[in-house]
Amino acid sequence: MNSYKLKYFKYNTHCLLISWPETIDEKIFNDVNQFKVVIESSAGNILEVRSSYCSLLVIFDKEIQDIDKIESNLNNLYLSREHLSKTDRFLWSIPVCYEKSFALDIDFISKQNKISNNEIIKTHIDSVYSVYLIGFLPGFLYLGSVDKKLKIPRKKQPRLRVPRGAVAIADQQTGIYPQDSPGGWNVLGNTPINLFDKFKVEPCFAKPGDKVKFFSISEAQYKLIEKEVEFGLYELKKELIND
Amino acid sequence: MIKVIDPGFYSSIQDLGRFGAQNFGVPISGSMDQFSADIANKVIGNDSSEALIELTMTGCSLKFENDTAIAITGSDMSPKLNGLSIDMYSPIEVKFGDTLSFGRIKYGFRTYIAFRGGVNSERVMDSKSMYVGLTKNFKINKNDEIYLNESKPSLNKKYKASLKKLILSDEIECYKGPEYSKLTTQNKEELLSTQFLISNNHNRMGYVLDQKIKNTIKPIITSHVMPGTVQLTPGGDIIILMRDSQTTGGYPRVLQLTNKGIDFVAQKGTSSLIRFLIKN
Repeated sequence: MNSYKLKYFKYNTHCLLISWPETIDEKIFNDVNQFKVVIESSAGNILEVRSSYCSLLVIFDKEIQDIDKIESNLNNLYLSREHLSKTDRFLWSIPVCYEKSFALDIDFISKQNKISNNEIIKTHIDSVYSVYLIGFLPGFLYLGSVDKKLKIPRKKQPRLRVPRGAVAIADQQTGIYPQDSPGGWNVLGNTPINLFDKFKVEPCFAKPGDKVKFFSISEAQYKLIEKEVEFGLYELKKELIND
Repeated sequence: MIKVIDPGFYSSIQDLGRFGAQNFGVPISGSMDQFSADIANKVIGNDSSEALIELTMTGCSLKFENDTAIAITGSDMSPKLNGLSIDMYSPIEVKFGDTLSFGRIKYGFRTYIAFRGGVNSERVMDSKSMYVGLTKNFKINKNDEIYLNESKPSLNKKYKASLKKLILSDEIECYKGPEYSKLTTQNKEELLSTQFLISNNHNRMGYVLDQKIKNTIKPIITSHVMPGTVQLTPGGDIIILMRDSQTTGGYPRVLQLTNKGIDFVAQKGTSSLIRFLIKN
């Protein structure tokens, strides 16, 4: 198995940051998440492990005393890790209404990137995205990578209120706002589905490592699905990923 | 039951925070100044995990509709019971019909009111700490009714320490952050020798400082941040993330405040001075 040179950094009294080479790369991302599972299933005073694109945050239940020992234990664990039987991963299909009333920045993207509105929508729908991270807001999915034709920087002046459900782009990432929030991403549509359910043990339907694709719905379908979501009748389409 | 006559500028219910859901993007939250909050609970005989009220910058006005006892710590906002001054850091018995109010702020920025038995409010994802989108309200509003737990722990008659000295200190204890080593020598010196002013842009999520430093480090790929992380933006702004901090961020993390450092910053308002002091 391909191993990377990991860097260990004591972040504060209880937290250790493990860093992979700093790049967005599917292989590194998978290695990060594999090692997360290995650490979680090992003994040793660990409260929680959080993953990102190319780093892990390990939170201990006691103050970190002997950092060198912890480092060498973790590194041995890393080098001796074996291919785990992968946890089930899913491809989720998310309905998005790309009509003008929701696509707040589609004209801007069109002008900036010299691409027609229809082609923006088609390009956004054609890709399958990896769920890299849930962060920023409860249930905010960081998805990548966006086709180069749609790559656009964050807005210089963030919006004070991006509406709940907004599907947006920043650089090569696309994401969905789970609640009304200030934000600087460029909005090209909106989904009526619920991204975060505080009453569930797993409050988000997707997890890092899953995949997402979007499909286009009309405003009338949007209203219908919105009602179905409200009454708990809407079921997201998911397929098991085999690889 | 306690009736909220006037909630003040920004008051909320807080406890030790919400743990274990950061992988879903949920902030930790909890009392901004955990040290003061903990003492308020201790004085009243509560367990440290009991929820209490956090006041920001101005006091509130509460009317009690049952007998209980309270303890007030943190910022001195001249607390009064039925118009008469009361002690901080000491249990105060209150009776049905009494009114708690506050006057002028003397020092600090956040005050804690602990109630005998603790606040009994909505618990979401194992915490009562208020947060937008999670709890029904993200702050206490006028006419809210606050309920207390039934338990009656024995009061701690007098807690000797006053925190005034601590609260007035401008030294903020921290560690080097993950990207500290990427700073130039000049940047490091600037960061550690400047007396920074707190700008008017600060809240439970973060504090932006008034002065900028020249930033030569590129943004990082989105990685982990937590309460106390000090970020340096491409424009040179310095942001101290606080208890309602987001879970991830893309700005270089130059320093990491100790828990005590976060408590100290929580007692600062606009134009307060701070200095970062690296602890090894």
